Amino acid sequence: MPVVLELKNISKTYPGVKALDDVDLTLYQGEIHALLGENGAGKSTLVKVMTGAQRKDEGIGQVLFNNQSYDFKTPAEAQLAGISTVYQEVNLLPNLTVAQNLFLGHEPRKYGLIDYKNMLVQSEQLLSRFKLSIDVNAQLSSFSVAVQQLIAIARGVAMSAQVLVLDEPTASLDADEVQTLFAVLNQLKAEGVAIVFITHFLDQVYQISDRITVLRNGKQVGQFLTSELPQAKLIEAMLGKELQHLTGHQRECESPTNSQEAILSLSNVSAKGSIQSMNLTVGKGQAVGLAGLLGSGRTEVCKAIFGLDQLTQGDITFTNNRLTISQPADAINAGIALCPEDRKTDGIIGPLSIRENIALALQARLGWWRYISKAQQEELAQFYIDKLQIATPDADKPIEQLSGGNQQKVILARWLAIEPMLLILDEPTRGIDIGAHAEILTLIRSLCEEGMSLLVTSSELDELVALANKVVVMRDRHKVTELSGSELTSQHVMQAIAEG
Amino acid sequence: MMAKRFLPLWITTGLLIVLFIIGSAQFEGFGSLRVITNLFSDNAFLLITALGMTLVIISGGIDLSVGSVIALSGVVCSVLITQYQWHPVAVFALVLPLGTLFGALMGVLIHEYRLQPFIVTLAGMFLARGLATTISEKSVEIDHPFYDAVSDFGLLLPGNAWLDASSMLFALLLIVIVVIMHFTRLGTNIYALGGNEQSAVLMGVPVKKTTISIYAASSFLATFAGIVFTFYTFSGYALAGVGVELDAIAAVVIGGTLLTGGSGFVIGSVLGVLLMGIIQTYITFDGTLSSWWTKIVIGLLLFFFIVLQKLLNRNNKLHA
Ligand SMILES: Nc1ncnc2c1ncn2[C@@H]1O[C@H](COP(=O)(O)OP(=O)(O)OP(=O)(O)O)[C@@H](O)[C@H]1O
Ligand SMILES: [Mg+2]
Repeated sequence: MPVVLELKNISKTYPGVKALDDVDLTLYQGEIHALLGENGAGKSTLVKVMTGAQRKDEGIGQVLFNNQSYDFKTPAEAQLAGISTVYQEVNLLPNLTVAQNLFLGHEPRKYGLIDYKNMLVQSEQLLSRFKLSIDVNAQLSSFSVAVQQLIAIARGVAMSAQVLVLDEPTASLDADEVQTLFAVLNQLKAEGVAIVFITHFLDQVYQISDRITVLRNGKQVGQFLTSELPQAKLIEAMLGKELQHLTGHQRECESPTNSQEAILSLSNVSAKGSIQSMNLTVGKGQAVGLAGLLGSGRTEVCKAIFGLDQLTQGDITFTNNRLTISQPADAINAGIALCPEDRKTDGIIGPLSIRENIALALQARLGWWRYISKAQQEELAQFYIDKLQIATPDADKPIEQLSGGNQQKVILARWLAIEPMLLILDEPTRGIDIGAHAEILTLIRSLCEEGMSLLVTSSELDELVALANKVVVMRDRHKVTELSGSELTSQHVMQAIAEG
Repeated sequence: MMAKRFLPLWITTGLLIVLFIIGSAQFEGFGSLRVITNLFSDNAFLLITALGMTLVIISGGIDLSVGSVIALSGVVCSVLITQYQWHPVAVFALVLPLGTLFGALMGVLIHEYRLQPFIVTLAGMFLARGLATTISEKSVEIDHPFYDAVSDFGLLLPGNAWLDASSMLFALLLIVIVVIMHFTRLGTNIYALGGNEQSAVLMGVPVKKTTISIYAASSFLATFAGIVFTFYTFSGYALAGVGVELDAIAAVVIGGTLLTGGSGFVIGSVLGVLLMGIIQTYITFDGTLSSWWTKIVIGLLLFFFIVLQKLLNRNNKLHA
């Protein structure tokens, strides 16, 4: 098969960090090429350099596209040449409609003017490939993160001429959508499109990819054929060592759920345009998982408890008091923390340092008159940097300069730091690598053992089962069933989601 | 969702109609076609300026130079016509491209050096005003047959209402701008920039070209407004158009465009100018109120619309 894109000796230096150090990548026509590595390994940086979103270090290295040397200065140039990219995080425009987002820059035109009718038809066709039937004339901001991610991918697919680059496209997708996506990718592959696929889900790597390039600390570890690289070897290549303990072990010390004192209970709770007559109890020290497809109401349950959606019916009781929350600060004061799904809009404060981002919620809880000294902040930050393996030279780096997965770890640290009575995690390990994944699960478990209660949603069933004593399965915005004890296996949860 | 985006627009329209009805009930002659055509001809230069300002604000920027550009344009026109005996058409053919270039340069500065539009256009404002004053400190009168011909040109409507050339030109420009904003890639790109510049870059929006076009368009329209203003006053004056940039911004906000960019409609700004104009007309008809009341009412309206935007936005966020 002919080579489409070849990167040779690429380096990228940020102030104080060598994000890429002499990296090569060869991409063949009609292949799916997985680009793997830990958080901060340099995957996204490589993608950005290759597509003109960032400039590589001057003087060294080369980008060959169809055997021609290119130096893309903007993503627009790369797009024009035939390389279409979906960057990590959803990078779309919230103020435009879905159709406008899909076709921005290549709108169908008639007599030089945008042909909206045609655009509408094409948008619907395109989205139907992803089994998405939504109003394409609605504003993008009215859709969930997962739908937005699908829209971003659809946009990438629509424009992919020769190369399609997907940076963690499956981070917030459910199993079903992942399969839909893979069907589309295989189709593109058959048409000869070369696909770069970044993910932290190794099973997906083995399912879809033909070839693997592994990065570690900005250096290239090697290029492998997927069929010739067993998973253990792959992990070793990524981490530079063997993984001590894999995730997915079910929680051993299981206390019977009914004998526990309830810390949170929802009785018959409905919210406008969100959940319907939801009943749920979380015991002290108990970890409850919320499972269900996209749009099943998982995120909405979290929002309702945190006071982000107004209740139309029912009561929420927390530590035996009826909960009245009108803003997140009230929830934090009551001892509830929510780590939101969309870190980009609800989470990080870009220019602030890691230290400040971590201390933020704790400071808010203590009140501004009880200032956490810089030394204390330092200590706190260092603790979590070590615990969660946040890849950074120091705690003073602005969070916006961290890799996606490392940003997620910082947000998680922020909420862990306040040691809440109830911690709500919405997709907590989205984009986090397998090495840190295990550490995070251990940390969360030990917090539960110390008495913290946990409500967690995740589209990764293994993770959910590993964390939770009880899993609540949701569908169409209400509860279908609860699984606990010996019933609690990924298999059972999957069945419950499918059957209802 | 859709309705919410249009809500400020409907409110402005509603206020406009209500004021017109109140005025008509109170004063004889208010409820006439003539008052309406006068609204357009008296405010034509502001209407044209506000068109450009809307583009700039939707893209997330601001243009403080328009008032000074109006003055500079007027002064250059009057000096060339009166002192150098150029034909007005030749003058316009020179002034319009120059004005456009002025804006394009500001766009280049803003894009290439990542400068705040506020600062760059503030500098542009001083520069243009300074240039205008250097060329002529005194008001220069224009007395040219072409000007007489143009001011005689127009459409006599029933009720002795006179639709003059500048109103017609404005209507033409309005159509062009609306088409650009809603039916061309440039228009979508302008909204995209205002939505999130970083995402726009990653999605392949030609940011440089778009930024330059936006400021070039705004200056072009301000220059055009300057020319229209010379037809209104039959003169060019370096101190004309002081504060027009603020009137234009006020009209844009009253018309429902978000100052943070990304959302709004050109037609809204037109309604904004008309609303401000009708308040002025009302006060003139009344005769007992000081004309400063116009400013007070506009100030209150601005407060109201900014609070309204905040509320609408907050609701949007919660239900997202
Ligand atoms: N704008 C920036 N300024 C400084 N350093 C940066 C910047 N962007 C990225 N880095 C650094 O470059 C390194 C590589 O980051 P990159 O985003 O490529 O990682 P990644 O492999 O995509 O990780 P993840 O799996 O978490 O997305 C990290 O150490 C990161 O801190
Ligand atoms: Mg990344």
